[in-house]
Amino acid sequence: MSTIFAARQFSTSAVSNHIMKLTRLRVVDNSTIGKQAMAEGKPPRCIHVYNKKGIGTIGDKIMVAIKGEKVKAIIVGCVKEQKPNIPRFDSNNIVLIDDNGTPLGTRINVPIPIVLRTILKEKTFSKGADYTKLLAIASNYV
Amino acid sequence: MLLRNVNFHRFQCGFAPGNIPNFCTVLEHALLINIFLTVLYVSRSYSNSPLPDVQQLSSDESVSGKQVKPERKSVVPSNSRFIYPEFLPDPKIEWRNSLREKLERMDMIQRRKHIDIPEFYVGSIMAVSSSNQHAPNKATRFVGICIQRLGCGLRANFTLRNVIKHVGTEMKYQLYDPTIQKIEVLRLEKRLDDELLYLRDAPNEYSTFDENMEVEYLPEGAPVPVNPEMVKLKPRPWRARWERKDMKGLADLGLEDRFYERAKELATPWEKYDLMKQYRKTIPEEEQKEIFAEVYSELHEVEVMRKKLKRKKVFIKPTKNV
Repeated sequence: MSTIFAARQFSTSAVSNHIMKLTRLRVVDNSTIGKQAMAEGKPPRCIHVYNKKGIGTIGDKIMVAIKGEKVKAIIVGCVKEQKPNIPRFDSNNIVLIDDNGTPLGTRINVPIPIVLRTILKEKTFSKGADYTKLLAIASNYV
Repeated sequence: MLLRNVNFHRFQCGFAPGNIPNFCTVLEHALLINIFLTVLYVSRSYSNSPLPDVQQLSSDESVSGKQVKPERKSVVPSNSRFIYPEFLPDPKIEWRNSLREKLERMDMIQRRKHIDIPEFYVGSIMAVSSSNQHAPNKATRFVGICIQRLGCGLRANFTLRNVIKHVGTEMKYQLYDPTIQKIEVLRLEKRLDDELLYLRDAPNEYSTFDENMEVEYLPEGAPVPVNPEMVKLKPRPWRARWERKDMKGLADLGLEDRFYERAKELATPWEKYDLMKQYRKTIPEEEQKEIFAEVYSELHEVEVMRKKLKRKKVFIKPTKNV
């Protein structure tokens, strides 16, 4: 009887698959540091999301801890539910960038959502970081 | 016996109780009326719309029995609710609004006159071409297996899944979205389950489809084939406890006994006998008939038009290459 009551004491909610602090992510570009981290089985962790909600989605800038270093990255695909016409992926994909928005790798080997073209263009300002360089190294769009 | 019969029909047709005295005067013509009401009852199929009151009926009867001709019986196929599930409203009573539902149905038919929305089921392989303001050529195409079909009315949507470059990708589309240019069904088939969300936990080969797949045609009038493929999942962890969901398309899950025991404890096998629950979860058959009787003629017209156009497209004269 007590076990039944214990089971009813707490409620469970559906998994929302948010990208927030301490979420493990997958590097999808071919930068050396990213490749090494993924090969070692130590995928990077999100340590900060640069928006006011603290929950990252497609196009958001985050900071990740990767092989003992702090590197910035852009989210290029999420597991969580998306609105119609925006793709949902089976993994949380990121592309590593430096402070100017230039990607560390030279190639992205997974599909990238097309909305990202508009989102990154809107986030780019003259004399600020230029995120659109990331779009140039993508191999295909969904 | 006769009286009971007449009363029964009165009840079914929804006469107001105030009409009972009138009704008694009509009892002399009880047999005639009985036949008439039966005809009415069959042709209108439980219509909720107010019927002409009894007095009028009796006067009609007294003038001549032949004036009353049965309405033309509509020939709505019985599988309409599977082909056009979004025409049935959400059975949740708080969300029902007959006017809104009717307006939505009209809008849906208008949309169907403009683009071809084919018959498809969960498990069919589809391709959707849509306008996309973000794309460089302003249009995109996505091929995948339909894993979920939800919603009713203009909010109806479906989800396609495919594996592109070894990454599972899913895209949700609204069926009546005006940005959709074309919906193609590349392979029309059903699977053993109503939702294929377990493909997310299955190895990639189960949901990998070629983007340049050719359309596979079925012979005219053939039943929709059911693909009996059993899916073998990857080892746990999964996105859901599939052993508790009673899925028919899943191969042996390879779990310890305790998982199956717990699933058995939590199972609710008595729910299929809960008539009230079933009633609340579904639209009654009479109401379904009424809805499809309203929309079927136009839907059928659209379908015939589509077939004609298709036939024209098939026999294109080959052009000479210079």
